[in-house]
Amino acid sequence: MKNKNDFSPEHLRYIRKVKSETIFVFIMRFLILILLLGLWELFAMLEFIDPFISSSPSRIIKTVKDLFIENNLLYHMGITMYETVLGFLIAVVLGYLIALLLWWSERTRRIMEPYIVVLNSLPKIALGPIIIVWFGSGSKAIIFMAILIGIIVAIITMLNGFLATDKNKILLLKSMGASKIQILIKLVIPGSLPTLISMLKISVGMAWVGSIMGEYLVSRAGLGYLIVYGGQVFKLDLVMTATVVLCVLATFMYALVALLEKLIIKYKSN
Amino acid sequence: MKKLLELKNVSMTYQTMTDEITAIKGLSFNCNDGEFISIIGPSGCGKTTILSLIAGLLTPTSGNIIIDGQNKLGKKDSLGYMLQKDQLFPWRTIEKNVFLPLEIKGINTKENRDYAISLLEKYGLKDFKKNYPDQLSGGMRQRAALIRTLAAKPKLLLLDEPFSALDYQTRLSVCDDVYKIIKAEQKTAVLVTHDISEAISMSDKIIVLTARPSQVKSIFKPNLGKGSPLKNRESPDFGFWFEKIWKELN
Repeated sequence: MKNKNDFSPEHLRYIRKVKSETIFVFIMRFLILILLLGLWELFAMLEFIDPFISSSPSRIIKTVKDLFIENNLLYHMGITMYETVLGFLIAVVLGYLIALLLWWSERTRRIMEPYIVVLNSLPKIALGPIIIVWFGSGSKAIIFMAILIGIIVAIITMLNGFLATDKNKILLLKSMGASKIQILIKLVIPGSLPTLISMLKISVGMAWVGSIMGEYLVSRAGLGYLIVYGGQVFKLDLVMTATVVLCVLATFMYALVALLEKLIIKYKSN
Repeated sequence: MKKLLELKNVSMTYQTMTDEITAIKGLSFNCNDGEFISIIGPSGCGKTTILSLIAGLLTPTSGNIIIDGQNKLGKKDSLGYMLQKDQLFPWRTIEKNVFLPLEIKGINTKENRDYAISLLEKYGLKDFKKNYPDQLSGGMRQRAALIRTLAAKPKLLLLDEPFSALDYQTRLSVCDDVYKIIKAEQKTAVLVTHDISEAISMSDKIIVLTARPSQVKSIFKPNLGKGSPLKNRESPDFGFWFEKIWKELN
Protein backbone atom coordinates (compact mmCIF):
# COMPACT_ATOMS: atom_id res chain seq x y z
CA MET A 1 0.00 0.00 0.00
CA LYS A 2 1.35 3.37 -0.97
CA ASN A 3 1.50 6.24 1.41
CA LYS A 4 -0.79 9.11 0.54
CA ASN A 5 2.21 11.41 0.12
CA ASP A 6 3.56 9.22 -2.68
CA PHE A 7 0.68 10.05 -4.99
CA SER A 8 0.88 12.74 -7.62
CA PRO A 9 -1.71 15.56 -7.57
CA GLU A 10 -3.33 14.01 -10.67
CA HIS A 11 -3.74 10.74 -8.88
CA LEU A 12 -5.22 12.39 -5.81
CA ARG A 13 -7.65 14.25 -8.03
CA TYR A 14 -8.58 10.99 -9.71
CA ILE A 15 -9.20 9.29 -6.37
CA ARG A 16 -11.33 12.24 -5.23
CA LYS A 17 -13.37 12.02 -8.41
CA VAL A 18 -14.05 8.31 -8.01
CA LYS A 19 -14.98 8.78 -4.38
CA SER A 20 -17.33 11.70 -5.02
CA GLU A 21 -18.98 9.70 -7.80
CA THR A 22 -19.66 6.89 -5.33
CA ILE A 23 -21.11 9.33 -2.83
CA PHE A 24 -23.30 10.88 -5.54
CA VAL A 25 -24.70 7.48 -6.53
CA PHE A 26 -25.41 6.69 -2.89
CA ILE A 27 -27.20 10.00 -2.31
CA MET A 28 -29.26 9.65 -5.47
CA ARG A 29 -30.43 6.21 -4.45
CA PHE A 30 -31.53 7.55 -1.12
CA LEU A 31 -33.23 10.58 -2.67
CA ILE A 32 -35.25 8.44 -5.05
CA LEU A 33 -36.50 6.40 -2.11
CA ILE A 34 -37.44 9.53 -0.16
CA LEU A 35 -39.08 11.04 -3.24
CA LEU A 36 -41.16 7.94 -3.93
CA LEU A 37 -42.25 7.59 -0.33
CA GLY A 38 -42.90 11.34 -0.08
CA LEU A 39 -45.03 11.48 -3.23
CA TRP A 40 -46.90 8.39 -2.20
CA GLU A 41 -47.65 9.91 1.20
CA LEU A 42 -48.54 13.29 -0.28
CA PHE A 43 -50.86 11.94 -2.98
CA ALA A 44 -52.59 9.72 -0.43
CA MET A 45 -53.00 12.66 1.93
CA LEU A 46 -54.42 14.89 -0.80
CA GLU A 47 -56.52 11.92 -1.94
CA PHE A 48 -55.18 12.06 -5.52
CA ILE A 49 -54.99 8.34 -5.00
CA ASP A 50 -57.34 6.46 -2.74
CA PRO A 51 -55.43 5.44 0.40
CA PHE A 52 -57.96 2.69 0.94
CA ILE A 53 -56.63 0.79 -2.06
CA SER A 54 -53.12 2.22 -2.32
CA SER A 55 -52.34 2.58 1.39
CA SER A 56 -49.57 5.05 2.31
CA PRO A 57 -46.23 5.06 4.12
CA SER A 58 -47.72 6.47 7.31
CA ARG A 59 -50.47 3.88 7.29
CA ILE A 60 -47.86 1.16 6.76
CA ILE A 61 -45.88 2.42 9.72
CA LYS A 62 -49.04 2.47 11.80
CA THR A 63 -49.90 -1.08 10.71
CA VAL A 64 -46.42 -2.26 11.60
CA LYS A 65 -46.82 -0.67 15.02
CA ASP A 66 -50.28 -2.21 15.56
CA LEU A 67 -49.12 -5.62 14.42
CA PHE A 68 -46.11 -5.37 16.62
CA ILE A 69 -48.18 -4.44 19.68
CA GLU A 70 -50.54 -7.34 19.08
CA ASN A 71 -47.38 -9.44 18.90
CA ASN A 72 -48.43 -10.67 15.49
CA LEU A 73 -45.73 -9.22 13.27
CA LEU A 74 -42.83 -11.13 14.78
CA TYR A 75 -44.94 -14.27 14.80
CA HIS A 76 -45.74 -14.04 11.09
CA MET A 77 -42.19 -13.00 10.24
CA GLY A 78 -40.85 -15.89 12.27
CA ILE A 79 -43.07 -18.41 10.50
CA THR A 80 -42.08 -17.20 7.04
CA MET A 81 -38.40 -16.95 7.93
CA TYR A 82 -38.46 -20.46 9.36
CA GLU A 83 -40.03 -21.87 6.22
CA THR A 84 -37.78 -19.93 3.89
CA VAL A 85 -34.52 -20.63 5.68
CA LEU A 86 -35.27 -24.30 6.14
CA GLY A 87 -36.41 -24.65 2.53
CA PHE A 88 -33.30 -22.79 1.40
CA LEU A 89 -30.89 -24.89 3.44
CA ILE A 90 -32.39 -28.22 2.44
CA ALA A 91 -32.59 -27.24 -1.24
CA VAL A 92 -28.99 -26.01 -1.24
CA VAL A 93 -27.45 -28.93 0.63
CA LEU A 94 -29.44 -31.57 -1.22
CA GLY A 95 -28.92 -29.81 -4.56
CA TYR A 96 -25.17 -29.65 -3.96
CA LEU A 97 -24.96 -33.33 -3.08
CA ILE A 98 -27.04 -34.41 -6.06
CA ALA A 99 -24.91 -32.25 -8.36
CA LEU A 100 -21.81 -33.93 -6.91
CA LEU A 101 -23.28 -37.34 -7.60
CA LEU A 102 -24.10 -36.34 -11.17
CA TRP A 103 -20.57 -34.99 -11.65
CA TRP A 104 -19.08 -38.18 -10.27
CA SER A 105 -20.95 -40.56 -12.52
CA GLU A 106 -21.36 -39.57 -16.12
CA ARG A 107 -23.65 -42.52 -16.61
CA THR A 108 -26.04 -41.38 -13.88
CA ARG A 109 -25.94 -37.91 -15.38
CA ARG A 110 -26.96 -39.20 -18.78
CA ILE A 111 -29.73 -41.34 -17.32
CA MET A 112 -31.12 -38.52 -15.17
CA GLU A 113 -30.88 -35.76 -17.77
CA PRO A 114 -34.46 -35.94 -19.17
CA TYR A 115 -35.93 -36.02 -15.66
CA ILE A 116 -34.06 -32.90 -14.68
CA VAL A 117 -35.09 -31.14 -17.88
CA VAL A 118 -38.76 -31.97 -17.28
CA LEU A 119 -38.65 -30.99 -13.61
CA ASN A 120 -36.89 -27.77 -14.51
CA SER A 121 -39.47 -26.72 -17.09
CA LEU A 122 -42.47 -27.77 -15.01
CA PRO A 123 -44.05 -24.85 -13.11
CA LYS A 124 -43.72 -26.26 -9.60
CA ILE A 125 -46.84 -24.38 -8.45
CA ALA A 126 -48.85 -26.86 -10.52
CA LEU A 127 -47.91 -29.46 -7.95
CA GLY A 128 -49.58 -27.39 -5.22
CA PRO A 129 -52.73 -29.54 -4.83
CA ILE A 130 -50.65 -32.73 -4.72
CA ILE A 131 -48.39 -31.25 -2.07
CA ILE A 132 -51.39 -30.21 0.05
CA VAL A 133 -52.83 -33.71 -0.13
CA TRP A 134 -49.51 -35.27 0.78
CA PHE A 135 -48.28 -32.88 3.44
CA GLY A 136 -51.44 -31.22 4.75
CA SER A 137 -51.89 -27.50 4.94
CA GLY A 138 -49.12 -26.52 7.30
CA SER A 139 -45.50 -25.46 7.31
CA LYS A 140 -44.41 -28.86 6.03
CA ALA A 141 -46.16 -28.34 2.70
CA ILE A 142 -44.71 -24.86 2.35
CA ILE A 143 -41.17 -25.98 3.11
CA PHE A 144 -41.58 -28.76 0.58
CA MET A 145 -42.70 -26.21 -2.00
CA ALA A 146 -39.66 -24.04 -1.27
CA ILE A 147 -37.36 -27.04 -1.64
CA LEU A 148 -39.01 -28.12 -4.85
CA ILE A 149 -38.65 -24.70 -6.43
CA GLY A 150 -35.09 -24.22 -5.27
CA ILE A 151 -33.48 -27.60 -5.69
CA ILE A 152 -33.60 -27.99 -9.46
CA VAL A 153 -31.92 -24.66 -10.08
CA ALA A 154 -29.39 -25.47 -7.37
CA ILE A 155 -28.57 -28.80 -9.02
CA ILE A 156 -28.27 -27.37 -12.52
CA THR A 157 -26.16 -24.38 -11.47
CA MET A 158 -23.78 -26.47 -9.38
CA LEU A 159 -23.46 -29.25 -11.94
CA ASN A 160 -22.52 -26.72 -14.61
CA GLY A 161 -19.97 -25.28 -12.21
CA PHE A 162 -18.45 -28.71 -11.53
CA LEU A 163 -18.37 -29.60 -15.21
CA ALA A 164 -16.69 -26.31 -16.09
CA THR A 165 -13.56 -27.40 -14.22
CA ASP A 166 -10.52 -26.77 -16.41
CA LYS A 167 -9.66 -29.99 -18.26
CA ASN A 168 -5.96 -29.15 -18.18
CA LYS A 169 -5.99 -28.81 -14.41
CA ILE A 170 -7.59 -32.26 -14.20
CA LEU A 171 -4.87 -33.54 -16.53
CA LEU A 172 -2.22 -31.98 -14.30
CA LEU A 173 -3.61 -33.72 -11.21
CA LYS A 174 -3.89 -37.02 -13.05
CA SER A 175 -0.26 -36.75 -14.09
CA MET A 176 0.58 -36.51 -10.38
CA GLY A 177 -1.35 -39.75 -9.93
CA ALA A 178 -4.43 -38.19 -8.33
CA SER A 179 -7.48 -40.34 -7.68
CA LYS A 180 -10.96 -39.16 -8.59
CA ILE A 181 -11.74 -38.28 -4.99
CA GLN A 182 -8.53 -36.21 -4.82
CA ILE A 183 -9.50 -34.41 -8.02
CA LEU A 184 -12.85 -33.67 -6.42
CA ILE A 185 -11.45 -32.40 -3.14
CA LYS A 186 -8.37 -30.56 -4.39
CA LEU A 187 -9.78 -29.10 -7.57
CA VAL A 188 -13.48 -29.42 -8.37
CA ILE A 189 -14.88 -28.30 -5.02
CA PRO A 190 -12.55 -25.36 -4.34
CA GLY A 191 -12.62 -24.37 -8.02
CA SER A 192 -16.40 -24.16 -8.05
CA LEU A 193 -16.64 -21.95 -4.97
CA PRO A 194 -17.64 -18.88 -7.03
CA THR A 195 -20.40 -20.99 -8.60
CA LEU A 196 -21.52 -22.05 -5.13
CA ILE A 197 -21.86 -18.40 -4.15
CA SER A 198 -23.94 -17.54 -7.19
CA MET A 199 -25.99 -20.67 -6.60
CA LEU A 200 -26.65 -19.49 -3.04
CA LYS A 201 -27.70 -16.07 -4.32
CA ILE A 202 -30.14 -17.59 -6.79
CA SER A 203 -31.40 -20.04 -4.18
CA VAL A 204 -32.17 -17.30 -1.66
CA GLY A 205 -34.55 -15.78 -4.20
CA MET A 206 -36.00 -19.17 -5.08
CA ALA A 207 -36.64 -20.03 -1.42
CA TRP A 208 -38.65 -16.84 -0.99
CA VAL A 209 -40.66 -17.58 -4.11
CA GLY A 210 -41.31 -21.07 -2.79
CA SER A 211 -42.32 -20.10 0.71
CA ILE A 212 -44.56 -17.19 -0.27
CA MET A 213 -46.12 -19.23 -3.06
CA GLY A 214 -46.70 -22.02 -0.57
CA GLU A 215 -48.27 -19.64 1.91
CA TYR A 216 -50.59 -18.30 -0.78
CA LEU A 217 -51.81 -21.82 -1.32
CA VAL A 218 -52.22 -23.29 2.10
CA SER A 219 -51.14 -21.35 5.13
CA ARG A 220 -52.77 -19.92 8.22
CA ALA A 221 -49.78 -17.80 9.17
CA GLY A 222 -46.80 -16.02 7.70
CA LEU A 223 -46.24 -12.95 5.56
CA GLY A 224 -47.66 -14.62 2.45
CA TYR A 225 -50.75 -15.43 4.46
CA LEU A 226 -51.04 -11.79 5.60
CA ILE A 227 -50.83 -10.65 1.97
CA VAL A 228 -53.50 -13.06 0.77
CA TYR A 229 -55.71 -12.47 3.78
CA GLY A 230 -55.32 -8.68 3.46
CA GLY A 231 -56.27 -8.90 -0.20
CA GLN A 232 -59.35 -10.96 0.53
CA VAL A 233 -60.71 -8.63 3.21
CA PHE A 234 -59.56 -5.55 1.27
CA LYS A 235 -57.15 -4.38 3.95
CA LEU A 236 -54.52 -2.98 1.59
CA ASP A 237 -52.59 -1.53 4.52
CA LEU A 238 -51.91 -5.06 5.63
CA VAL A 239 -50.95 -6.20 2.12
CA MET A 240 -48.52 -3.32 1.65
CA THR A 241 -47.06 -3.72 5.13
CA ALA A 242 -46.42 -7.42 4.68
CA THR A 243 -44.87 -6.73 1.27
CA VAL A 244 -42.52 -4.10 2.67
CA VAL A 245 -41.46 -6.36 5.54
CA LEU A 246 -40.86 -9.11 2.99
CA CYS A 247 -38.66 -6.78 0.94
CA VAL A 248 -36.56 -5.98 3.97
CA LEU A 249 -36.16 -9.61 5.02
CA ALA A 250 -35.28 -10.83 1.51
CA THR A 251 -32.68 -8.09 1.09
CA PHE A 252 -31.23 -8.94 4.47
CA MET A 253 -30.85 -12.61 3.55
CA TYR A 254 -29.26 -11.73 0.23
CA ALA A 255 -26.86 -9.39 1.98
CA LEU A 256 -25.81 -12.24 4.27
CA VAL A 257 -24.84 -14.35 1.26
CA ALA A 258 -22.97 -11.41 -0.28
CA LEU A 259 -21.09 -11.03 2.99
CA LEU A 260 -20.22 -14.73 2.92
CA GLU A 261 -18.80 -14.23 -0.57
CA LYS A 262 -16.48 -11.48 0.68
CA LEU A 263 -15.33 -13.66 3.53
CA ILE A 264 -14.45 -16.79 1.57
CA ILE A 265 -13.33 -15.63 -1.85
CA LYS A 266 -10.07 -13.83 -1.43
CA TYR A 267 -8.52 -14.41 -4.83
CA LYS A 268 -9.37 -13.16 -8.28
CA SER A 269 -10.31 -16.03 -10.53
CA ASN A 270 -8.62 -16.04 -13.90
CA MET B 1 24.99 -43.70 -20.00
CA LYS B 2 21.88 -45.12 -18.39
CA LYS B 3 18.64 -45.10 -20.33
CA LEU B 4 15.94 -43.45 -18.27
CA LEU B 5 13.15 -43.60 -20.80
CA GLU B 6 12.64 -46.09 -23.55
CA LEU B 7 9.80 -46.31 -26.07
CA LYS B 8 9.69 -49.58 -27.97
CA ASN B 9 7.53 -49.81 -31.04
CA VAL B 10 4.69 -47.84 -29.47
CA SER B 11 1.40 -47.45 -31.35
CA MET B 12 -1.72 -45.61 -30.32
CA THR B 13 -5.12 -45.79 -31.99
CA TYR B 14 -8.11 -43.69 -30.90
CA GLN B 15 -11.63 -44.95 -31.38
CA THR B 16 -14.50 -42.64 -32.26
CA MET B 17 -18.03 -43.45 -33.46
CA THR B 18 -17.21 -42.49 -37.01
CA ASP B 19 -13.54 -43.24 -37.25
CA GLU B 20 -10.48 -45.03 -36.02
CA ILE B 21 -7.51 -42.72 -35.81
CA THR B 22 -3.99 -44.01 -35.63
CA ALA B 23 -2.08 -41.21 -33.95
CA ILE B 24 1.20 -43.02 -33.47
CA LYS B 25 2.56 -46.02 -35.27
CA GLY B 26 5.65 -47.96 -34.27
CA LEU B 27 7.37 -45.16 -32.40
CA SER B 28 10.71 -45.97 -30.81
CA PHE B 29 13.24 -43.71 -29.16
CA ASN B 30 15.03 -43.41 -25.87
CA CYS B 31 16.31 -40.80 -23.54
CA ASN B 32 19.36 -41.09 -21.33
CA ASP B 33 19.57 -40.01 -17.75
CA GLY B 34 20.22 -36.28 -17.52
CA GLU B 35 19.46 -35.63 -21.16
CA PHE B 36 17.19 -32.88 -22.47
CA ILE B 37 15.32 -34.05 -25.54
CA SER B 38 12.79 -32.30 -27.74
CA ILE B 39 10.05 -33.81 -29.82
CA ILE B 40 9.12 -31.70 -32.79
CA GLY B 41 6.75 -32.39 -35.63
CA PRO B 42 4.01 -31.03 -37.87
CA SER B 43 0.94 -29.83 -36.00
CA GLY B 44 -1.56 -32.53 -35.10
CA CYS B 45 1.06 -35.26 -35.26
CA GLY B 46 0.24 -36.50 -31.79
CA LYS B 47 3.05 -34.90 -29.79
CA THR B 48 0.84 -34.44 -26.74
CA THR B 49 -0.36 -38.03 -27.09
CA ILE B 50 3.23 -39.18 -26.69
CA LEU B 51 3.57 -37.28 -23.42
CA SER B 52 0.24 -38.63 -22.18
CA LEU B 53 1.45 -42.14 -22.97
CA ILE B 54 4.74 -41.61 -21.13
CA ALA B 55 2.85 -40.11 -18.17
CA GLY B 56 0.63 -43.17 -18.07
CA LEU B 57 -2.54 -41.15 -18.70
CA LEU B 58 -3.12 -43.23 -21.82
CA THR B 59 -2.32 -46.86 -22.46
CA PRO B 60 -0.64 -47.64 -25.78
CA THR B 61 -2.53 -49.91 -28.16
CA SER B 62 0.70 -51.83 -28.60
CA GLY B 63 4.34 -51.52 -27.68
CA ASN B 64 6.18 -50.81 -24.45
CA ILE B 65 7.19 -47.75 -22.50
CA ILE B 66 9.90 -48.32 -19.96
CA ILE B 67 10.79 -45.67 -17.45
CA ASP B 68 13.77 -46.26 -15.18
CA GLY B 69 13.54 -49.98 -15.86
CA GLN B 70 9.88 -50.20 -14.93
CA ASN B 71 6.95 -51.04 -17.15
CA LYS B 72 4.30 -49.43 -15.03
CA LEU B 73 4.55 -46.37 -12.87
CA GLY B 74 3.36 -46.43 -9.29
CA LYS B 75 1.72 -43.40 -7.74
CA LYS B 76 4.77 -42.40 -5.75
CA ASP B 77 7.09 -42.87 -8.71
CA SER B 78 7.62 -39.44 -9.75
CA LEU B 79 7.20 -37.91 -13.08
CA GLY B 80 6.55 -34.24 -13.51
CA TYR B 81 4.23 -32.88 -16.16
CA MET B 82 4.29 -29.24 -17.13
CA LEU B 83 1.54 -27.88 -19.33
CA GLN B 84 1.07 -24.98 -21.72
CA LYS B 85 -0.36 -22.62 -19.16
CA ASP B 86 0.99 -22.64 -15.65
CA GLN B 87 -2.26 -24.14 -14.29
CA LEU B 88 -1.60 -22.72 -10.85
CA PHE B 89 -4.75 -22.92 -8.73
CA PRO B 90 -5.91 -19.34 -8.16
CA TRP B 91 -7.33 -20.13 -4.73
CA ARG B 92 -4.02 -21.42 -3.41
CA THR B 93 -0.99 -19.35 -2.49
CA ILE B 94 2.20 -20.02 -4.45
CA GLU B 95 3.52 -22.07 -1.56
CA LYS B 96 0.33 -24.15 -1.37
CA ASN B 97 0.40 -24.63 -5.13
CA VAL B 98 3.90 -25.99 -4.91
CA PHE B 99 2.85 -28.43 -2.16
CA LEU B 100 0.09 -29.82 -4.36
CA PRO B 101 1.98 -32.84 -5.75
CA LEU B 102 3.14 -33.68 -2.23
CA GLU B 103 -0.46 -33.75 -1.05
CA ILE B 104 -1.60 -35.83 -4.00
CA LYS B 105 1.15 -38.38 -3.62
CA GLY B 106 0.71 -38.55 0.13
CA ILE B 107 4.28 -37.44 0.83
CA ASN B 108 3.42 -34.11 2.42
CA THR B 109 6.14 -34.32 5.05
CA LYS B 110 8.01 -31.44 6.63
CA GLU B 111 11.16 -32.52 4.86
CA ASN B 112 9.53 -32.46 1.44
CA ARG B 113 7.82 -29.15 2.13
CA ASP B 114 11.13 -27.66 3.20
CA TYR B 115 12.68 -28.89 -0.03
CA ALA B 116 9.91 -27.24 -2.07
CA ILE B 117 10.32 -24.01 -0.14
CA SER B 118 14.08 -24.13 -0.67
CA LEU B 119 13.46 -24.35 -4.43
CA LEU B 120 11.16 -21.32 -4.28
CA GLU B 121 13.81 -19.42 -2.38
CA LYS B 122 16.62 -20.54 -4.66
CA TYR B 123 14.79 -19.47 -7.79
CA GLY B 124 13.65 -16.01 -6.86
CA LEU B 125 10.16 -16.57 -5.49
CA LYS B 126 11.09 -16.16 -1.85
CA ASP B 127 9.00 -13.03 -1.35
CA PHE B 128 5.99 -14.44 -3.17
CA LYS B 129 5.43 -17.63 -1.17
CA LYS B 130 2.30 -16.28 0.47
CA ASN B 131 0.98 -14.49 -2.61
CA TYR B 132 -1.80 -15.69 -4.85
CA PRO B 133 -0.91 -16.51 -8.48
CA ASP B 134 -2.80 -13.50 -9.87
CA GLN B 135 -0.29 -11.24 -8.13
CA LEU B 136 2.63 -12.67 -10.13
CA SER B 137 3.86 -11.97 -13.66
CA GLY B 138 3.55 -14.59 -16.40
CA GLY B 139 7.22 -15.52 -16.19
CA MET B 140 7.16 -15.89 -12.43
CA ARG B 141 4.04 -18.00 -12.61
CA GLN B 142 5.68 -20.36 -15.08
CA ARG B 143 8.70 -20.61 -12.80
CA ALA B 144 6.37 -21.42 -9.90
CA ALA B 145 4.74 -24.09 -12.08
CA LEU B 146 8.16 -25.63 -12.75
CA ILE B 147 8.97 -25.66 -9.06
CA ARG B 148 5.63 -27.36 -8.39
CA THR B 149 6.68 -29.97 -10.93
CA LEU B 150 10.04 -30.41 -9.19
CA ALA B 151 8.65 -30.51 -5.64
CA ALA B 152 8.01 -34.25 -5.66
CA LYS B 153 11.56 -34.88 -6.92
CA PRO B 154 10.66 -36.44 -10.26
CA LYS B 155 13.28 -38.26 -12.26
CA LEU B 156 11.69 -37.33 -15.54
CA LEU B 157 10.07 -34.07 -16.58
CA LEU B 158 7.55 -33.86 -19.39
CA LEU B 159 7.13 -30.38 -20.85
CA ASP B 160 4.18 -29.83 -23.14
CA GLU B 161 4.87 -26.55 -24.95
CA PRO B 162 5.30 -24.86 -21.59
CA PHE B 163 6.25 -21.50 -23.08
CA SER B 164 3.71 -21.15 -25.86
CA ALA B 165 1.27 -19.07 -23.80
CA LEU B 166 3.90 -16.43 -23.05
CA ASP B 167 4.78 -13.39 -25.13
CA TYR B 168 8.06 -13.58 -27.06
CA GLN B 169 10.18 -11.52 -24.70
CA THR B 170 9.05 -13.39 -21.58
CA ARG B 171 9.29 -16.63 -23.47
CA LEU B 172 13.00 -16.29 -24.16
CA SER B 173 13.83 -15.48 -20.57
CA VAL B 174 11.51 -18.09 -19.04
CA CYS B 175 12.94 -20.66 -21.43
CA ASP B 176 16.40 -19.74 -20.19
CA ASP B 177 15.24 -19.87 -16.56
CA VAL B 178 13.58 -23.23 -16.90
CA TYR B 179 16.55 -24.72 -18.70
CA LYS B 180 18.96 -23.54 -16.03
CA ILE B 181 16.76 -24.84 -13.23
CA ILE B 182 16.36 -28.22 -14.89
CA LYS B 183 20.10 -28.51 -15.45
CA ALA B 184 20.93 -27.30 -11.94
CA GLU B 185 18.60 -29.89 -10.45
CA GLN B 186 20.04 -32.50 -12.85
CA LYS B 187 16.73 -33.61 -14.25
CA THR B 188 15.93 -35.45 -17.42
CA ALA B 189 13.40 -33.70 -19.60
CA VAL B 190 11.28 -34.39 -22.64
CA LEU B 191 10.02 -31.22 -24.30
CA VAL B 192 7.28 -31.17 -26.87
CA THR B 193 7.25 -28.06 -29.04
CA HIS B 194 6.55 -26.78 -32.50
CA ASP B 195 9.12 -24.03 -32.17
CA ILE B 196 12.29 -25.09 -33.99
CA SER B 197 14.55 -22.50 -32.41
CA GLU B 198 13.34 -23.41 -28.96
CA ALA B 199 14.13 -27.05 -29.63
CA ILE B 200 17.62 -26.29 -30.98
CA SER B 201 18.52 -23.90 -28.18
CA MET B 202 17.48 -26.24 -25.38
CA SER B 203 18.05 -29.83 -26.44
CA ASP B 204 20.78 -32.39 -26.39
CA LYS B 205 18.73 -34.41 -28.83
CA ILE B 206 15.89 -33.49 -31.20
CA ILE B 207 13.42 -36.07 -32.42
CA VAL B 208 11.60 -35.03 -35.58
CA LEU B 209 8.32 -36.81 -36.18
CA THR B 210 6.45 -37.49 -39.39
CA ALA B 211 2.84 -36.41 -39.93
CA ARG B 212 0.12 -38.67 -38.53
CA PRO B 213 0.43 -41.58 -37.93
CA SER B 214 3.66 -40.35 -36.43
CA GLN B 215 6.93 -42.15 -36.44
CA VAL B 216 10.47 -40.98 -35.88
CA LYS B 217 11.63 -39.28 -39.06
CA SER B 218 15.08 -38.29 -37.93
CA ILE B 219 17.10 -37.59 -34.82
CA PHE B 220 19.51 -34.66 -34.47
CA LYS B 221 22.06 -33.84 -31.85
CA PRO B 222 22.85 -30.16 -32.30
CA ASN B 223 25.17 -30.00 -29.30
CA LEU B 224 25.74 -26.24 -29.45
CA GLY B 225 27.14 -26.43 -25.93
CA LYS B 226 27.14 -22.75 -25.03
CA GLY B 227 25.56 -23.42 -21.66
CA SER B 228 22.20 -21.72 -21.97
CA PRO B 229 19.40 -21.44 -24.51
CA LEU B 230 19.93 -17.71 -24.96
CA LYS B 231 23.63 -18.17 -25.69
CA ASN B 232 22.95 -21.18 -27.87
CA ARG B 233 20.80 -18.96 -30.04
CA GLU B 234 23.88 -16.84 -30.76
CA SER B 235 25.96 -19.84 -31.78
CA PRO B 236 27.22 -19.77 -35.40
CA ASP B 237 25.83 -23.27 -35.92
CA PHE B 238 22.34 -22.24 -34.91
CA GLY B 239 21.27 -21.21 -38.39
CA PHE B 240 22.62 -24.40 -39.89
CA TRP B 241 20.58 -26.59 -37.57
CA PHE B 242 17.53 -24.42 -37.99
CA GLU B 243 17.59 -24.83 -41.74
CA LYS B 244 18.25 -28.55 -41.52
CA ILE B 245 15.31 -29.20 -39.22
CA TRP B 246 13.08 -26.77 -41.11
CA LYS B 247 13.69 -28.74 -44.30
CA GLU B 248 13.14 -31.99 -42.49
CA LEU B 249 9.73 -30.81 -41.30
CA ASN B 250 8.51 -29.69 -44.70
